[in-house]
Amino acid sequence: MTFKITRAAAAGVALVSAGALLAGCSATGADDASDGTATVTVAIDAGLEPEARENFDARVEAFEQANEGITIEAQEYTWTGTTFAADLAGGTLPDVFTIPFTDGRGLIAGGQLADISALVAELPYADEFNPNVAQAGQAADGSQWAIPIAAYGQGLHYNRTLFEAAGLDPDNPPTTWEEVREAADAISEATGEAGYATMTSSNTGGWILTTLVDAFGGRTESDDASAPEVDSAEVAEVLEYLHAMRWDDDSMGSNFLYDWSTINQDFAAGRIGMYVSGGGNYGNLITQNALNPDDYGLTTLPLTGDDPGLLGGGTLAAVSPKASEAEQAAAVKWIDYYYMAKIADEDEAVATAKLAASLDQPVGAPELPVFGADQYAEYQGWISPYVNVPVDQMAPYTDAIFDQPLVAEPRVATQEVYALLDSVVQAVLTDQNADIPALLAGVQAQAEALYAR
Amino acid sequence: MTRRRGPRAWFRGDGPHTLVFLLPLLLCFGLFSWRPILDSAVMAFQQTNLVTVPTWVGWDNFERVLADPLLGTAVLNTLWFAALAIVLGYPVPLVVAVLMSEVRRGKGLFSALAYLPVVVPPVVAALLWKFFYDASPTGVFNTIIGWVGIPPQPWLQDQATAMPSLVLFATWSAAGGTVIIYLAALIAVPPELYDAAEVDGAGVWRKVWHVTMPQLRGVLLITFILQIIGTAQVFLEPFLFTAGGPANSTTTILLLIYKYAFQNSLGGDYGAATALSLMLAVVLAVFSAVYFRITRSWSDS
Repeated sequence: MTFKITRAAAAGVALVSAGALLAGCSATGADDASDGTATVTVAIDAGLEPEARENFDARVEAFEQANEGITIEAQEYTWTGTTFAADLAGGTLPDVFTIPFTDGRGLIAGGQLADISALVAELPYADEFNPNVAQAGQAADGSQWAIPIAAYGQGLHYNRTLFEAAGLDPDNPPTTWEEVREAADAISEATGEAGYATMTSSNTGGWILTTLVDAFGGRTESDDASAPEVDSAEVAEVLEYLHAMRWDDDSMGSNFLYDWSTINQDFAAGRIGMYVSGGGNYGNLITQNALNPDDYGLTTLPLTGDDPGLLGGGTLAAVSPKASEAEQAAAVKWIDYYYMAKIADEDEAVATAKLAASLDQPVGAPELPVFGADQYAEYQGWISPYVNVPVDQMAPYTDAIFDQPLVAEPRVATQEVYALLDSVVQAVLTDQNADIPALLAGVQAQAEALYAR
Repeated sequence: MTRRRGPRAWFRGDGPHTLVFLLPLLLCFGLFSWRPILDSAVMAFQQTNLVTVPTWVGWDNFERVLADPLLGTAVLNTLWFAALAIVLGYPVPLVVAVLMSEVRRGKGLFSALAYLPVVVPPVVAALLWKFFYDASPTGVFNTIIGWVGIPPQPWLQDQATAMPSLVLFATWSAAGGTVIIYLAALIAVPPELYDAAEVDGAGVWRKVWHVTMPQLRGVLLITFILQIIGTAQVFLEPFLFTAGGPANSTTTILLLIYKYAFQNSLGGDYGAATALSLMLAVVLAVFSAVYFRITRSWSDS
């Protein structure tokens, strides 16, 4: 008898646990109503200092008081290329999130963002965006699906300490690619560190190669974005240039598998003389890689050849396609309040800069204007009391950057073509006999297949 | 004894209880293992970004994967990894295990040392080794080999040395587990056999060859197929060390699947990824079946 009871009880436990398993799988709530109330999950930077989090919470409270019916929930979020699409598909992204310029057009074309263009058009500054910057978040018909919140142009980052060790003047960085090559050679001869290094992995090889090709006067895509142009004289010229630095001068060090974060690490550790990356990279180098500010120097990329351009990039704020209409409306209000006010509203801009400065976070790293040049100058005036970055060491960049013509990234199959170019750059840097024309012909054929899809 | 039991007998006997006890297991496996497998088999015939409605594309994904020039590279790289791993990784644990079984004192210490790399989390170990593999003359391994007069090696930074460097790490990290399996099998070898061989005048080498190896045959066959399946699915090493580089010289089949699915932040080519996964699974299943069919006769003899 007792045996039977025990067995029945055990069976009951098994049944209950099975039921619990099932229940766990169907826990997706629907919380929307048509009366204007909405709960919006918004992105918040991961790993914030307590003061920054308090400030965020205070702003949430103020927002909720001003917008009755809207509830804001914060979710830590960092854009990561390999997981973003899966998060988007799985519904684990916040309703409001940020993406890089590169992905804006592709996500819009794929229907992977919410169409908030009607709501964006109602914002007071809707037609004041810098057109070069705004197009990253526009659909093919020109409607604004995602809102640009920050923009930058590529820059040449250099280590002033290594420049001095090599007998170079850190206040007069190279202004031609020939001078870059000479400086790299001098640094590597004098210090044994890499004079010039470049990213090659996780699609960054293609990104930086494209940057250089633009600066050499070429493009990797036809003007109407209908065909790839990676098998061109300028691409070959850039690869020959890298080949000469790697194999003739041996001035590129010994690591040819850098990606964005590892090259930042090695630069901050003083193992790289010069490298090309986003002009606003200083903040990351300080907060994530503990760069010594005295080492840091930033200048513009030399532009050469016919019709050269400076590759730009930036950040867009976007809304999840899974958000309901009421949630989308609330989400755009939040973007306006949280992201845009930091740039467009004097009080918010000052408060944000003041808080960052009090937490020893970099304020005033070079950016490009999201709106017009006048507004940008006004903004710089607001935050100037709190700027704590070594402005003088960035002067070679900030003095000249606004004269450089900005170009956008290739629009079709951007990441896939970058990935193809990764292996070309790696081949040139790890095989002295790399056949550059053959490599480029192969990549061109594969890129054409991607454009045809 | 062999009387068939009808549904009624099943119901009145242990049947319902068995089913209830099985339910959690069935649900777990069904939801988290079998259903994803079925879903991926379906996805291999679709084009989808997982947000918009998927479209049925028939065999397109398979055709695209088979036409990808990288597939050949990935297959060759995987075979190259497997060959290196068998030459280097298969005999090393066996030799270590035989030597350790001969040691009379401190056996526990040696076992612990051999097993230690298995205890270190693989990602941590890989990141450590990545640092050791620094190709500059001041790198850890280059400094060590410099002491005996060997010039600095490029390790991961050269198309020729990248794959052997990965195999070296894989062997180091996996050997401990295999050593333990061999040690257990060695204990099961009856000591009388060694005594008899010794009486017949056999030395250490002949004892190993004529007594140990035949006795270990069953275990050796199993670890061999496990090794083949393991190397066919090699992912961690190229993913963490080289991301498939330099110039795709370490892009393996599984890394290619990963790249199809996740390289593009806009939503990868999930159809191609699942199609290649499916093909790999079929090839491995066929290989295992053939292998066991052939080796069954070896074991019997």
